Amino acid sequence: MKYVDEFRDPEKAKTLSREIRHLVAGIARAKQRPLQIMEVCGGHTHAIFRYGIAQLLPDEIEFVHGPGCPVCVLPMGRVDDCVALAELPHVIFATFGDAIRVPGSKKSLLKAKADGADVRMVYSPLDALKLARDNPDREVIFFGLGFETTMPSTAMTVLQAKAENLTNFSLFCNHITIIPTIKAILDSPDLHLDGFLGPGHVSMVIGLRSYEFIAEHYRKPITISGFEPLDVLHSVWMVIKQIAEGRAEVENQYGRIVPRNGNEIALAAVDRVFETREFFEWRGLGSIDHSGVRVREEFAEFDAERKFSVPNLKIADPKACQCGEVLKGVIKPQQCKVFGTACTPEMPLGSLMVSTEGACAAYYNYGRIDTTGLKKRAPSEATLVTTEGAP
Amino acid sequence: MSDQAPEKTVPGQTGLRRRTGKVRDTHINLAHGSGGKAMRDLIEDVFLGAFDNPVLAAMEDQAVFTLAELAKHGDRLAFTTDTFVVDPLFFPGGDIGTLAVAGTVNDLAMSGAVPLYLSCGMVLEEGLSVEVLRRVVASMQRTAKLAGVMIVTGDTKVVERGAADKSFLNTAGVGVVPKGVEISARNAREGDAVIVNGYLGDHGTAILIARNQLGVECGIASDCQPLGSLVAAMLAVCPEIHCMRDATRGGVATVLNEFAESSNVAIRLNEAALPLREEVKGACEILGLDPLYLANEGKLVAIVPREKADQVLAAMRAHPAGEHAAIIGEVAEEPAGVVVLHTAFGGQRIVDMLVGEQLPRIC
Repeated sequence: MKYVDEFRDPEKAKTLSREIRHLVAGIARAKQRPLQIMEVCGGHTHAIFRYGIAQLLPDEIEFVHGPGCPVCVLPMGRVDDCVALAELPHVIFATFGDAIRVPGSKKSLLKAKADGADVRMVYSPLDALKLARDNPDREVIFFGLGFETTMPSTAMTVLQAKAENLTNFSLFCNHITIIPTIKAILDSPDLHLDGFLGPGHVSMVIGLRSYEFIAEHYRKPITISGFEPLDVLHSVWMVIKQIAEGRAEVENQYGRIVPRNGNEIALAAVDRVFETREFFEWRGLGSIDHSGVRVREEFAEFDAERKFSVPNLKIADPKACQCGEVLKGVIKPQQCKVFGTACTPEMPLGSLMVSTEGACAAYYNYGRIDTTGLKKRAPSEATLVTTEGAP
Repeated sequence: MSDQAPEKTVPGQTGLRRRTGKVRDTHINLAHGSGGKAMRDLIEDVFLGAFDNPVLAAMEDQAVFTLAELAKHGDRLAFTTDTFVVDPLFFPGGDIGTLAVAGTVNDLAMSGAVPLYLSCGMVLEEGLSVEVLRRVVASMQRTAKLAGVMIVTGDTKVVERGAADKSFLNTAGVGVVPKGVEISARNAREGDAVIVNGYLGDHGTAILIARNQLGVECGIASDCQPLGSLVAAMLAVCPEIHCMRDATRGGVATVLNEFAESSNVAIRLNEAALPLREEVKGACEILGLDPLYLANEGKLVAIVPREKADQVLAAMRAHPAGEHAAIIGEVAEEPAGVVVLHTAFGGQRIVDMLVGEQLPRIC
């Protein structure tokens, strides 16, 4: 496939893999403990597992799977709010596909749908707008979710709804921003990250400048990376090279998509429609200041939180769930007490098990094998823990 | 129970010859399932005409065929049933009718059986266009002819609007397994070759595009086709095929997981060898789907002894349903019960059973 196969060339991968090994051999601290590189974005987590990228790297490099999977960091209380909105009479609740299975404290949207709520899967917020046009006697609520990557399309949709004077369309805004969260992670005391792979598509919107504090203040190298396997390997090489040379800079591997200043039109639309929240609750990470956006007063008529009463309850994460520690890279998914036992893609307890971009689901689906011997997780053992050890 | 019931000769009327029924309504209504004249007209006009064969024409409550006829083909009966619900009813490359015949024929053929007779049960929603029904029935007959099977008995029910979605079909089928053929998911052995008969994921992609929720168009058509004669060609060169299943819902990944688990072996796939159309790859890239899990309706996965693999492959490629057949992997001992994909990129990963439906990703 054009523009895809070029980025999956196994020969180039071998060369990069060799170069990375060569660089790592010269880094003194890699001999004491593995170098930890956080891939912030869930898309990278998915690529790393799907293509088996970690197996091409030396043992001295470890990926820490960051918080950049919007579905995974959605707190239970917000899912409950979605369900409450979806179950209102006359409401059509429009959502992206992978949000539909996320467990709330009582049920997921999938379960709500089975119980009679009108939940529709859409591929774009504009599909939700079309639903509103086609169903003038119904209220269409779009579940706005995601980082800066999806924020502009939601903003443009609200602007379009206003231009059309639609009165039956609103947005349940759960958009979040990545920068305050990276900062919160960097400030976390139990963390020893050596560098970052920066999110490619978020950066396409916000540009490179927002990351400068990571290099300047925290002295960590960061490389904005594309999503094809060679992109990821190349970016790892760039980060390792920075470490080897003692540099900490913001570098852009994904130059074919990410302009230095981002997309100014998209940013203007976002700024027009949204304003920063004082704080937003993240699953596993808790409340992070200025990490979410809400609809501005000017567009209040399109804000589901103003238009309807949303329960907005704070629901604590299940006690056994260690999503937070996995998100911060303190433990690996398989080190979580409930991984593969009380928490599986079938019955996800923690949100990292839900989306294919979640670190736990990726480990479970693709990586329950060690890279050397390819051993299978013993199913009998797992069943045993489920029945006896479940909380 | 059966459509044929109202057709029984009524004593005292034997002298009168009745004209063949004709449906004059444009849409199905509840009377078409009532057991009365409207139903008889529907059966005679729409079904009997199309499925024209002597067993059905006998119009009894059941189809009767001789054991001697069956025994010509082998020494064991294969019997299967499948129910078909698809939205939309018509899609590029097929419709619910082609699916209903090919699906059951293929389920029979995967045991090595020669598919012979099919039943057809229909649940029709009130308001369904008779024209649509005629098209579906015509597709069924066309596919049955292609597969060399007869539709020999049937049943029709009509339900109120909203109680079903346009039309649900059930077909059951009977076939005969040739002597000596022993195909089972438990038979995979180390060293065996894994073969598919062509491009993967066409049906799943065609349905996704036909639902038109994506606003994209592409020329992809469903691969819906009966596989009976392809299997016969394979058995002719290799009667000892170890495992064989058609990769419908859940795709090739699901079938291979079933083989790996039942045979307690590892299956190692070579990503670079998977036959995939550019359009399918593109749709999967855009939506974040994995073609290994996409549905097929005319694709089989076979596990054959290594020394016969090239012969089987050649026989498949010489058949219209196997032109693009390929060896996509091999059976290994370890890790038992697991399907491992060796990525084109040089890594490897597990290909597990899917939990729910694949869901398109946010971004």
